[in-house]
Amino acid sequence: MNLTGSRDLSCARDVVWRALMDPDVLRQSVPGCTEMAGSPEDGFDATVVQKVGPVKATFKGRVTFAEIVDHESLTLSGEGKGGAAGFAKGGARVTLTDLDAGGTRLNYEVDAAVGGKLAQLGSRIIDSFAVKMADQFFATFQDVIDPKPDEEIEEAETNDTKTKTWLSRLRTG
Amino acid sequence: MSEGIGAAVKRKEDKRFITGSGRYTDDIKLENQAYAAFVRSPHAHANVKSIDKSAAEAMDGVLAVLDGKQLTGDGIGNIICGWAITSKDGSPMNMGAWSALATDKVRYVGDAVVAVIAETQAQAAEAAEAVMVEYEELAVAANIEAAVADGAPQIHDNAPGNVIYDWDIGELADTDSALAGAAHVTEMDITNNRLSPNAMEPRAAITKYDAAEDHYTLYTTSQNPHVARLVLSAFYQVAPEHKLRVIAPDVGGGFGSKIYIYPEEIVCLWAAMKTKRSIKWTADRTEAFLTDAHGRDHVTNAKMGFDADGNIVGFKVATKANFGAYMSLFSSAVPTYLYATLLSGTYNIPNIYCEVLAVYSNTVPVDAYRGAGRPEASYLVERMMETAAREMGKDPAELRRQNFIKEFPHQTPVIMNYDSGDFEGNLNQAMEAADWNGFEARKAESAARGKLRGIGMACYIEACGIAPSAAVGSLGAGVGLWESAEVRVNPVGTIEILTGSHSHGQGHETTFAQVVADRFGVPLDSVQIVHGDTDKVQFGMGTYGSRSGPVGMSAIVKALDKVEAKVKKIGAHLLEEPEENIVIEEGTVKATGTNKALGWHEIGLAAYTAHNLPPDMEPGLKEGAFYDPLNFTFPMGCFICEVEVDPDTGKTEILKFVASDDFGVIINPMIVEGQVHGGIAQGVGQALLEEVVYDENGQQLSASYMDYTMPRADDVPSYDVLHHNTKCTTNPLGIKGCGEAGAIGSPPAVINAITNAIGNNDLSMPATPSKVWAALGAAKIAAE
Repeated sequence: MNLTGSRDLSCARDVVWRALMDPDVLRQSVPGCTEMAGSPEDGFDATVVQKVGPVKATFKGRVTFAEIVDHESLTLSGEGKGGAAGFAKGGARVTLTDLDAGGTRLNYEVDAAVGGKLAQLGSRIIDSFAVKMADQFFATFQDVIDPKPDEEIEEAETNDTKTKTWLSRLRTG
Repeated sequence: MSEGIGAAVKRKEDKRFITGSGRYTDDIKLENQAYAAFVRSPHAHANVKSIDKSAAEAMDGVLAVLDGKQLTGDGIGNIICGWAITSKDGSPMNMGAWSALATDKVRYVGDAVVAVIAETQAQAAEAAEAVMVEYEELAVAANIEAAVADGAPQIHDNAPGNVIYDWDIGELADTDSALAGAAHVTEMDITNNRLSPNAMEPRAAITKYDAAEDHYTLYTTSQNPHVARLVLSAFYQVAPEHKLRVIAPDVGGGFGSKIYIYPEEIVCLWAAMKTKRSIKWTADRTEAFLTDAHGRDHVTNAKMGFDADGNIVGFKVATKANFGAYMSLFSSAVPTYLYATLLSGTYNIPNIYCEVLAVYSNTVPVDAYRGAGRPEASYLVERMMETAAREMGKDPAELRRQNFIKEFPHQTPVIMNYDSGDFEGNLNQAMEAADWNGFEARKAESAARGKLRGIGMACYIEACGIAPSAAVGSLGAGVGLWESAEVRVNPVGTIEILTGSHSHGQGHETTFAQVVADRFGVPLDSVQIVHGDTDKVQFGMGTYGSRSGPVGMSAIVKALDKVEAKVKKIGAHLLEEPEENIVIEEGTVKATGTNKALGWHEIGLAAYTAHNLPPDMEPGLKEGAFYDPLNFTFPMGCFICEVEVDPDTGKTEILKFVASDDFGVIINPMIVEGQVHGGIAQGVGQALLEEVVYDENGQQLSASYMDYTMPRADDVPSYDVLHHNTKCTTNPLGIKGCGEAGAIGSPPAVINAITNAIGNNDLSMPATPSKVWAALGAAKIAAE
């Protein structure tokens, strides 16, 4: 499976770069990520709980960075094992460029493969699943690195979280 | 005779099947029963670096976590292929080792690595997830082309270039010179798509070990329990034959896939001994897709030459056959003696040459599947004939008629000797029923609605009842292909027939009983068929290749002959009449020319009381027979399919399907019609819908019914099933067999109809709407 795209982020290149290296930001941004630890130098260990079509599994895996050009580009590669659900593995080439109007453009080229039950049951939905994962990742990543004012979040979020946000505001307020 | 041969009596077995009272392997519960779950490779090709069982072993309810090293350490042998094929150069086939649990290497996704035995099914499944297997991934060859490419990954060390054998049949030089001198040569590249068998009941095994007797019992979904016992004991060394009972109870469909002995039966028997527990395993549907032997998967280049009058002068075929990761039990015979020997089709072809390259790939093992080699041959020959007719501007029906074999027996250049048939009779019957001559008017009517109408035919021939044993032995078979039967007449006159055939949908309990009812005139209900248990039936070769009719029933007939002889002797003695005057009619033993008669039960009683038997006669009334057929039988037929294609969507609708078969003598026309219906549905499935798809990494992408499309009621029309039968001359009942014909003849008929509709001969199965639409577009571009 190949997935290529780009996202425009509101933050400066330096902020985006540092966020990509931060396990805490990554944990918050990767959909279904429950654990993320490590460093760009040593690689990250991650646990992700995801449901691909009918297959729900806990993936444990390791992600490593290579070909790092500081503040410009890197290649990440990794493999997640989901036990009986199978595995997912792949790599991504990520490059950052400045936008004229401010902010950063993040380009990515992902090459990924799935195996086992994921392939047997989920192959025909894996592409759309990957697109969905990427959308979720970047939406959250943007929010984490450049939190919006409350009102904007409220509009963007679903009713459920809207209530929660509103309740938590009551509590803190 | 309302219940005898030729009567469409209702199936006796359906009472339990349609009331939910069938007893399948998974319905059986043994005392002290535990469950097995298998850890399977998610990789198509990898070295097994390490196995960490500790977490699984510590889990609740886990009794044992067993691996391949333990299995081979206990002396359990590798799984074998039972038919030795010799390559062109005289070398033996390259059979790679297949351990029931992988030891060092896995070779396809689904390859079993570890078996977990636990108290409950859920505990076994959960613990299987906790087994940590470390793999070192290797390059993958997921299809034929990848497997034979330069630098392809080596799947088995002893099969260089992944070649199992490079075999041929026929005369190369004669065929080449015939093609060189031909007025017209049709050449095609034909792929026969890979199929998954999809029996309704998944495979299952339940095993018991009796430590006191050192005795094993296996209940399993088998088409041939005796062969299973033989192989499990003689080759896999699980248990000696006299200490192993194999029972195949009600079995919900096989289509070939339940002939073979798979890793799971071996492991469950061995694990029962290891754990001293009874063990049950039932495949889920994903496991069925991942481990049941697949079918077909041939890639072929063929050239057929014709003289200026349209007579076939030569046929040259080069086929590559995908065997998957291991050689399954009968795999080697399928693309050789069950395929290349049928390449003469229904035609007089003086020169035939065929070479077959058998290759390993990182996919599920491939073996016989409904038709086994004959569908591949029939599809090839019938597509070649149709395309040749179109290329030469001849009527496809007339080209076939002109080339038909018309005299019998007929010796083909590829071993087979056809005993009987009236091919033109079937062609004429089918054409009339299909209103072949009215097609142009119907086509015009479709065109007026913007639809493309097409008609296509196939005149298949196949070979059933693989035989005789000495001949198949000389061709490499590891077993004889006879059948056994025993007839037990009880003291009250009821009859039990013990047969080595196995019924898993064929209706033997009815048709076999009809043969007995026909012979003695006893009620059908007084005859019981006993099968599928090695403790009850001494030996048998099972059911596949439509052999139960021509071979299994012939054995019964032979045993009935012996019973009849003894009954007549007893009757003559009791009636005090000469033996030659004794006849058996309507369940009564009579002396002709007199009014003396004995009821059937009186004979049984006399035989078992033994108070008044002829001198020197042994008491009892029980006879057995082994029947070794003289020849294959050759069912044939003409199928005509009419379709309508929507040019906007490429969707094909089958409007009419006519089948005119020659099955020889038919025992029960209703059951035969059902077999033809099922066979055509399976063939339509192959032609339009079904295909196992792998990605380049060897991941099976079509391993569920979300992606593997089975034919449904609205995919098939109401069939016209007709017969124009000629008696088989080589078995006592004149039976040819009907189990696979539908699946053999229908794919070429369907594709020939679609290619006729769209005006493009370049179309492969399954002819999905997107493929048909693309072929239609290509035809339009070519025309412009």
